[in-house]
Amino acid sequence: MDVSMNVNGQNQSHDVEPRTLLVHHIRENVGLTGTNIGCDTSSCGACTVHLDGQSVKSCTVLAVQATGGDITTIEGLAGTARSDGSATGDQNWHPMQEAFQQCHALQCGYCTPGMVMAATSLLKENPNPTEAEVREGLEGNLCRCTGYHNIVKAVMSAAGGA
Amino acid sequence: MIPAAFDYKVAESAEEAISLLGEHGDESKLLAGGHSLIPMMKFRLAAPTVLIDVARISDLSYIRQAGDHLAIGAMTKHFELETSAVVAEHAPMLAHVAALVGDPSVRHRGTLGGTLAHSDPASDLPAAVLALGGTIVAQGPGGTREIAANEFFTGYFESVLADDEILTEVRIPTGTGGWNYQKFNRRAQDWAIVGVGVADGGKGISLVNMGSTPLRATAAEEALASGASAADAAALAAQGLTPPQDSNADAAYRTHLATVLTRRALEAAGVA
Repeated sequence: MDVSMNVNGQNQSHDVEPRTLLVHHIRENVGLTGTNIGCDTSSCGACTVHLDGQSVKSCTVLAVQATGGDITTIEGLAGTARSDGSATGDQNWHPMQEAFQQCHALQCGYCTPGMVMAATSLLKENPNPTEAEVREGLEGNLCRCTGYHNIVKAVMSAAGGA
Repeated sequence: MIPAAFDYKVAESAEEAISLLGEHGDESKLLAGGHSLIPMMKFRLAAPTVLIDVARISDLSYIRQAGDHLAIGAMTKHFELETSAVVAEHAPMLAHVAALVGDPSVRHRGTLGGTLAHSDPASDLPAAVLALGGTIVAQGPGGTREIAANEFFTGYFESVLADDEILTEVRIPTGTGGWNYQKFNRRAQDWAIVGVGVADGGKGISLVNMGSTPLRATAAEEALASGASAADAAALAAQGLTPPQDSNADAAYRTHLATVLTRRALEAAGVA
């Protein structure tokens, strides 16, 4: 069936099977591979994107459920997306991306797109979180390298709290 | 993992959902937030041939004060419950428990009606609604009916909802009685190994993951009502129950947890 949604400011219409997961749609039909697939069971958060401004795990949303919605992926966060929705590579980072870089909040980087999307959603809902609130707020995103310390530091820094 | 193929229909109203359910029969399934159903479909534990999306029915998303209770539309999301000033004031236990479900991204999608209709004995919100003495409103081809929460759950992932009925509203009595919710788990964002909800100063005590449905701890409730102390009542929390066994806990450990958590919950709720 025809599925239309706005991805990173661009209208995207594709013929999609109803059982297609949003993460597969974003990666394979829209062609944006910044959103990773991790556990595939809504546990790890690697596939986190924003749907209508809120973080969701795109492995547990059907593409058809996002019909008419606004999707932001990691490529669209910095506002540097090309007309096809992909990132330009310009160093015009979103403050959260900058904070992750400054605080060395990643090692292998696999969880990072999801972490950044979850963290920006968190700050939208709670602009001045405590460290405990950041840890709670990111409980749906797993990192197997950093032990979370620098991720939490980055989010606090982006919030202006550290 | 990709679900088995299905047809996707959008219902714009409860009436349209009921008519689609009538048309497609028991091979069809209502889709709300999808955060319980879609994982089951990905594991091929469920394979409905028609999904009827009811999440777009905006008429079913509301939180209203209605005299002695809050009326909450079935499509109200967990995130809305945890951040609603009205829920915080009139049913603070519900707001508190909503914030314990899964993680924030899950709570942006999951709905109160969906979690009740799914009837998972390990879920938090059905137990909260049970303890609070909630009422569930269901609509079918013949009209609506009201079902007391303690008569709603019938078995493992089963409720009294008929194949052609949709859960439309949840009514929560407002009150100021002491409450508490104890969720015991070992990992972030996980289900409770055992959970205990205490509402209205101990008049309602509910248990999570202690049987095939969300349960009331009837023996403990009755003991409290007859004047037993919190500790004595809590010792009866698992009386007559057959808790499940899994890699987290055997039945004896769950029984122990239920009694300890019930005592903690009663004490935290101010029940002596």
